[in-house]
Amino acid sequence: METRNARIGLILFFVYLALYGGFVFLSAFSPDTMEATPVAGVNVAILYGFFLIIAAVVLSLIYGLVCDGNDAPGSASPKADSTGDGEGSK
Amino acid sequence: MIYEPSTIAVVIFFVFVGITLGISFWLGRKAQDSQGYFAAHGQIPWFVNGIAFAGDYLSAASFLGICGMIAFYGYDGFLYSIGYLAGWVVALFVVAEPMKRLGKFTFADALDAKFNSPGIKLAAGISTLAVSVFYLIPQMVGAGVLVQPLLGFDHWVGVVIVGVTVILIVVTAGMVSTTWVQFIKGSLLVVFSAILTVMILNRGFEVSTGEEATGLRTLSLPDDVLPAPGTGWELIEPSGPWIGTDFIRLQDAAGKVSVWTKHESNTMAGRQSFLLEAQALTETADDRILVNGEQKGSKKGEAELHAIGHVSKLPDGYEPGTPVGPLEFFSTLQESEVVLWGSKLLIEEDGSKTTVYFQKPTPGSQVLRPGEHPRFQGIRSAKFFDKLNFLSLMLALFCGTASLPHILIRYYTVKDAAAARKSTIVGIATIGFFYVLTLYLGLGAMTSGAMDVTDSNMAAPLLARSMSEWLFAAISAIAFTTVLGTVSGLILASAGAVTHDILTSYFKIEMDDSKKVRVAKIASVVVGTIAIVLGILFEGLNVSFLVGWAFSVAASANLPSLIMILFWKGVTKEGVISAVVVGMVSSLTWILLSADSMSKVFGFVGHEGFVPFGQPGIVTIPLGFLTLVTVSKMTAKEVAAT
Repeated sequence: METRNARIGLILFFVYLALYGGFVFLSAFSPDTMEATPVAGVNVAILYGFFLIIAAVVLSLIYGLVCDGNDAPGSASPKADSTGDGEGSK
Repeated sequence: MIYEPSTIAVVIFFVFVGITLGISFWLGRKAQDSQGYFAAHGQIPWFVNGIAFAGDYLSAASFLGICGMIAFYGYDGFLYSIGYLAGWVVALFVVAEPMKRLGKFTFADALDAKFNSPGIKLAAGISTLAVSVFYLIPQMVGAGVLVQPLLGFDHWVGVVIVGVTVILIVVTAGMVSTTWVQFIKGSLLVVFSAILTVMILNRGFEVSTGEEATGLRTLSLPDDVLPAPGTGWELIEPSGPWIGTDFIRLQDAAGKVSVWTKHESNTMAGRQSFLLEAQALTETADDRILVNGEQKGSKKGEAELHAIGHVSKLPDGYEPGTPVGPLEFFSTLQESEVVLWGSKLLIEEDGSKTTVYFQKPTPGSQVLRPGEHPRFQGIRSAKFFDKLNFLSLMLALFCGTASLPHILIRYYTVKDAAAARKSTIVGIATIGFFYVLTLYLGLGAMTSGAMDVTDSNMAAPLLARSMSEWLFAAISAIAFTTVLGTVSGLILASAGAVTHDILTSYFKIEMDDSKKVRVAKIASVVVGTIAIVLGILFEGLNVSFLVGWAFSVAASANLPSLIMILFWKGVTKEGVISAVVVGMVSSLTWILLSADSMSKVFGFVGHEGFVPFGQPGIVTIPLGFLTLVTVSKMTAKEVAAT
């Protein structure tokens, strides 16, 4: 799977994975940090949670903007791959 | 009295459901061949499909389960919101476009696109059935939960109504109508949740304490002596299961027994002790239900449990009832004190079971931090396995969405990969917006004074009831159509797996187009019936908790093969089959051997289970990948050698 869209998708995936991983590990191993209230009396747990949701929407919009229309070699039909050299093996 | 059906609610409810079904049947007339039945001819507009994604995905677990968990425990339910949405990132960035290009009707199509192997079709078909049935249980439980307060029916009646209605939708229509039902309910769910959130912010917070406001009494203990002298109360010495508990039983002059818990607080006059009244629900050995020792009911001489959900202290400077902004909502709650509730089951020697629900005044800062729910205790635990359990759940939520068969088949309802991508983006925006609202809805319910102490799943509809009867009816009807939409998608995915993957591809049963559709309809009836039975059996479990398990099974069974087929040339068909089977069996076995299953499914209360923690994902997802790589390498050598 070496199409341009796939490469962009993977980069954005790893960006989000880092953000999500940061949240999960902070919650698990530094829960006191999540209780701090750095902005407007709202704690890190809520701010980071909202940030993750907004980040998912923003990254998906970026993906939608930079991706090609139908960036795929071959046809849309699964039967076109029956030779054994389908999209999955590329 | 919490549950009292009203005419307005019932009328609005049936109008909603009737319109939804009418649209469903009308649109479904066109889908007579298998391409139309399973994939809506690939002609659904991407925007509609995107909202339908939200309608399909925002199930009873999201609406009822998450709101309920937040309402009862605080922030922890929001961890599910974050995890569920994060899973969509995997779906969009990694899976969406290849799924559309590789498949036709089912998730197994995509796995099998390279190999054309009946074995893969069978394994993936069974995995689809297992995940869908697991996911169906919480939806059906949610249906029963909804119908109970709205129409006054028992839980099982609600489950049967949903089951029969959904079977009707799926049998008469298929993917076209299912998509439009999901589109309608997805739109309505988000719009009405936004309305409810605005009303919560507008209502602000009020302090409710004392018998007049909450129906529950508070007793001061000026000298810290039990019972307070001169009050007419008599202390009952603990006996049987009451020994060793924190509960205090007092008898009044009329001989009526009540249960209390002792608390202390700092006041202007120094540290003071007081008692807060608990609520006791007893199921006697002769099957009578008692509330605080009296027959349960609304007639004279009978008693009902009091509604819960109160703020006991507000920060200085905040005028009660003042509207709050979106961030001020949290900062105000952060400085307040909220009365949460705990529960404990006591079994008497004669076999009667008493569940004591007791008050837990909790600082707002604690309510708004992760780690208060027993499921997320790993966050604050020093035990390694507890932390691993939390990490495992968050991993399963992250990986599960992109592995859910009923979500994946939605990629076949649009015309091409670009439409699949666009519809996923619309889905993420819609679902993300809704999940932000869940925190307001849950915390709004927590402070609404309207919740049922016995059932966290009812938090969102009862919050709406605390605003207005009309809104309650609308929210309940939307939640009901929410269940309809999701269950329709799940049953359709199951029917596709049975007809397309198992019967046609594996058993090579020749079927013309109309017979395929007929067999799919029969499969829908069978799966629907199984769902009804399981929905009745699993009454009382938090629906979001059950969905967490479904995600674990989906991620363990399906994701390793799906990802590796896209990214590794060395995959063999034996590798795919092994990974699906090992992932599915290991995750299901792990779940069934966990402490949660032992107590909540098999009834062995207090059993520690046979696995070190409850959530299997962190073990079984890597196991699926490992199996796939190992078996692929072994079988690749065999091919090379021959």
